[in-house]
Formats: sequence, C-alpha cells, structure tokens
Amino acid sequence: MNQRGSTIAEKILSNHAGKQARAGDIVIAQLDFMIGQDGTSGVAIDSFRKMNATKVADPNKIAIIIDHSSPSPNEGVSAIHKKIRDFCVEQGIKLYDIGCGVCHQLTPEQGHVVPGDLVIGADSHTCTYGAINVFSTGIGSTDLAAGMISGQLWFKVPETMKIVYQGELPKGVYSKDMILKLIGDIGADGATYLALEISGEAINNLSVDARFTISNMAIECGAKVGLMAADAKALEWVKQHSTKAPHPVTPDKDAVYLKTVEIDLTKLEPQIAKPHTVDNVVPVSQIGEVPVQQGFIGTCTNGRLEDFQIAAKILKGKKVKEGVRLILAPASKDILLDLINDGTYQTLLEAGAVAVTPGCGPCVGTHNGVPSNGENVISTANRNFKGRMGNVNSFIYLGSPATVAASVIEGKIADPRKYL
Amino acid sequence: MILNGKARTLPQADDINTDYIISGRYKFKIQDPHELATHVMEDLDPKFFSRLEKGDFLVAGSNFGCGSSREQAPMAIKYANIGAVLAKSFARIFYRNCFNLGLLAIECDTDGISEGDKLEVDLDQGLIRNITKGAEIKIAPLPKTMQTLLADGGLVEHFKKHHGFGI
Repeated sequence: MNQRGSTIAEKILSNHAGKQARAGDIVIAQLDFMIGQDGTSGVAIDSFRKMNATKVADPNKIAIIIDHSSPSPNEGVSAIHKKIRDFCVEQGIKLYDIGCGVCHQLTPEQGHVVPGDLVIGADSHTCTYGAINVFSTGIGSTDLAAGMISGQLWFKVPETMKIVYQGELPKGVYSKDMILKLIGDIGADGATYLALEISGEAINNLSVDARFTISNMAIECGAKVGLMAADAKALEWVKQHSTKAPHPVTPDKDAVYLKTVEIDLTKLEPQIAKPHTVDNVVPVSQIGEVPVQQGFIGTCTNGRLEDFQIAAKILKGKKVKEGVRLILAPASKDILLDLINDGTYQTLLEAGAVAVTPGCGPCVGTHNGVPSNGENVISTANRNFKGRMGNVNSFIYLGSPATVAASVIEGKIADPRKYL
Repeated sequence: MILNGKARTLPQADDINTDYIISGRYKFKIQDPHELATHVMEDLDPKFFSRLEKGDFLVAGSNFGCGSSREQAPMAIKYANIGAVLAKSFARIFYRNCFNLGLLAIECDTDGISEGDKLEVDLDQGLIRNITKGAEIKIAPLPKTMQTLLADGGLVEHFKKHHGFGI
C-alpha cells in the first residue's frame, strides 16, 4: 500500500471508519453529531418512520433546530414545526425552538462539536464547522434518518484541494471577501466532490467567527467540507464553548492534494457576488451604479457578533438612506444578548435598522423581508439565486457586513473602505 | 434496464440549483410530494410541469442540483413522473439524494439533446440512443454504491432490507 501521508479529511474519516481510508474509498463511519432544521427534518422524520424505526441510536448526538421559517409564517410551516417538536419529545432529542438561532451558529456555539469530530447535517451549510477542524458535511433528509437510526453513514472519502491565502488582508476587506474571491476564481462547481483544506497567515490572523464565514461557503464552490487546522485560537474558542474533549487533526507533510490554489490578499478589494450565481464575483470598484432598496445583515455566514459590530462602526451617527430598508437577524440568541449589552443594537436601530428573530431571517424567502419586483438587495448571506429571497423578480447581491452597511447609507452598492 | 421518454430541457442549462427545482416558498410548507411536484422548476419555467409526460427525461448541463440539501428537490422531480435526470455533472448532495429516493441520475454529454427528442436510455449497454437525431451518447458508469441503492429502490428500502447499510 502507498505509504504517503494523509489529508485532514482522510484522517478524520479513517478515525471514524476504524480503518485507513484513502481518497476514493467508500467507508461506513461512526458519527459524533448530527443536525436537522425545520426545512429538512419533516422529511427526515417521514423517512425514519418508513424505515420502521422506533428509536434513534443516541439522542445525545442529535439536535434539531427550528430556524428557517421561525416563528412560523403560515399553517403549513406550523404543521411541520409541530411534527418536529413532537418527534423531539418522543425521542428525547435536543430541540432548539424558535428564536434560539441558526443551526450552524448553535451547533458549535452550544458546544456540540469539537475538533476531529465527524458531523452530518440536513442542511448544505453544515460545512461551516470545518473552521474548527470538524469534518462536517451536508446531506439529505433520508441520510439523516439513516444516521439517526444507526449512528453511522457511508462516505466517499474526498480528494482535497488545498487553498492557501497569501499576504495580509487589507483594511476594510474581510473573510467574506476572501471566500467570495475564491468562489469567483474557481467557479460554482470548482470543488465539487472535494474537501477544501484552507490555510495561510491570513487565516491564522482571523477570529474564529470570521473563519466560520469562509468554511460556511465551501459548498458554494461545490465542496463537501471546508477544513482548517485547529490552532491555539480555535482550541481556546472550543474550550470556551464545549466540555467535550477535542481531537485536533493536522495534515501530514507528505499528504497528497489534487490541486493547490493560492490567493494573494495584498491587493484584494471588497468583493460582490452579482445575481444570480455566487460565482458571479467582481471587486466593488467594478460594480458600477447599483441602487439598493434593502440591506440584510445576518445568516449562518455573517450573523455573528463582530459582523454587527463592524456594521455599527460604519453606521454610528449616520442614517440608513430614506427609501432603503436594513434588516438584521442575529445568528443566535446569545449573539442578540451580546449586541444588546454592548450597545451595538442601539447604534444600528438608531441608524434606522429593523431587527427580526434570531434565525435565518429573510435568507430563504419564506418571511421577514421578501423583496418586491425589480428591487435590489445587498445581503451578507451565502446565496443569491433567483427567487432565493422569495421573489423571482428581485436581484440579490452578496457582500461583507461592512459593504452592506456602507451601501444602505448611500442607497447604492458602496465601498466600505472610505468609512473606516 | 431500458427507459424510454422525451427530453425536457430548461431555459438555462448549467448551475440549475435546488431553489429553482423547488422554491423555498413551497418546500417549507407543503408536505405532500404530489403537490410539491406541481411546482417543479416553476421559477425557471412556469409551464414546465404542465408539459411533462410520464417517463420524460430532465436534460441539463453541468453542476445540476447545486445549492441546498433539500431532498424535496429530487422528490419533486420524482413525483413529477420524470424517469431520470441527465446532466453533464451533478452537485454532490443532490446526486446522493437522487439515489436515496430511487431516482436515476445519469452523467453524460447532453449538448446534442434538444427539447422533445425521443430518447432510449439503456443502462446495461451504458448508452443513450437519441431516436430523433439518430445519435448515441455514452453514459458514465454508475458508481457501485449508487447501483446498489437504485436496485433496492432507494435508501429507505435498502435500510429495511439490510437492517442498516449493506454497502
């Protein structure tokens, strides 16, 4: 057998399959944790019943989060929420009900996952926890049902694409711009079926919250997971949030990568993803005149404490332009409380923002700010697909929280650097 | 296995995401898969469902099914009575979800296929015959795991049959 070294993905999957796993192998692996949300768990519960299951393998390894349409906007959603609540009570599963926050904030924040873990979620952005060295990936509802019943899932061990960010991040440019740049460069299917291993001095300098933004969007270039090594900063973050013992995994020096992509950050500008694909990325200097009627700060990508603090720094003492709406949705209740305690919320509300329940907010188009025909939205979310926010005749632009803040002041997509 | 049907294409070939396949407006509130199916591809082509006949093939370009993990996407396609999805490439979660539901997804060169073309999909021979155009297209072989799931009729039946994963 080839004695070459292993990537992070190969090591975590090997550890959970109980045998040496190489890229291309099919393995059945033990899961450390799994999640579902209100858009996917109803179908998972249906599949669970159809499989004639009566009990989950281990209720302590499962959480279901009601975040996508929360609180319920209509009776159809209410029926699904009730089905989820009843299932959680029946099975003794941890339920995060309306207002607790977004699944991808709560899962690491509430200490459910730690470095070295193998995690699945019936939500495509489950790749978020790669930022703390967790092999976490999105799967469908029936795979979640199989995982809940058996505690296992089958995986094809992915090949790995190495992403190295070179140089220092300029002022006014953030981790959101780093990941948008990558997706713009390699395309929406640039890393399909692959694991990303993301490194570089600039990654080390980012806060853990900012790193989540990058791993969160790994799926937007098709990747299975966006892994980072766990440095002292990540381990300290995990220690503050979890009582579980971490098992950090580093790649071997002679690990084999399918490809290495290097991105130079020294001249990076704020990046904008234009409608209707996430890889339709341009630097802000090339965006031209794009009026906006709505701004949105929130989601599993950019709904964390520092995201709102950055926006508040720009909006302090200023006003959201008349005719423009700014919607805020913190990624969790803990973040909301921090925002209230440190005055950030007051600053943003005084500037003219409106706040909705911690959760996915208007990102998925079911409620909380569906744009009107012909309107442009500048959003910190991870997707700008046509109709994503509930109206096929609107246009979604993606950027950093700073870019959204600058844009709602001017009523058009704006460069945040002049405000910093 | 041989399947026959007509090709159904969309206004856009590449990067058909799961939001287009079934909008979040519907997937969050409709639990009946037959009702979901009536909204399949609605945001891209409002008349798509109404022109489908049983066994038709959905034909697309690259990165089909990118975006969210919603199983309602392949579910809406399956319950719209589509026989198989043919695309140059598929996004990972969507591809897996198809086979979990017993829906056939085939990777092949779809460039020469037009709306309404009569197709014969021959899995044993590993090719598609375009009867209308008199052309043959090679099919990339299905991974073994996917063959097993498909033969069992999806992951639910597979799990019942093997009392777990029989992969």
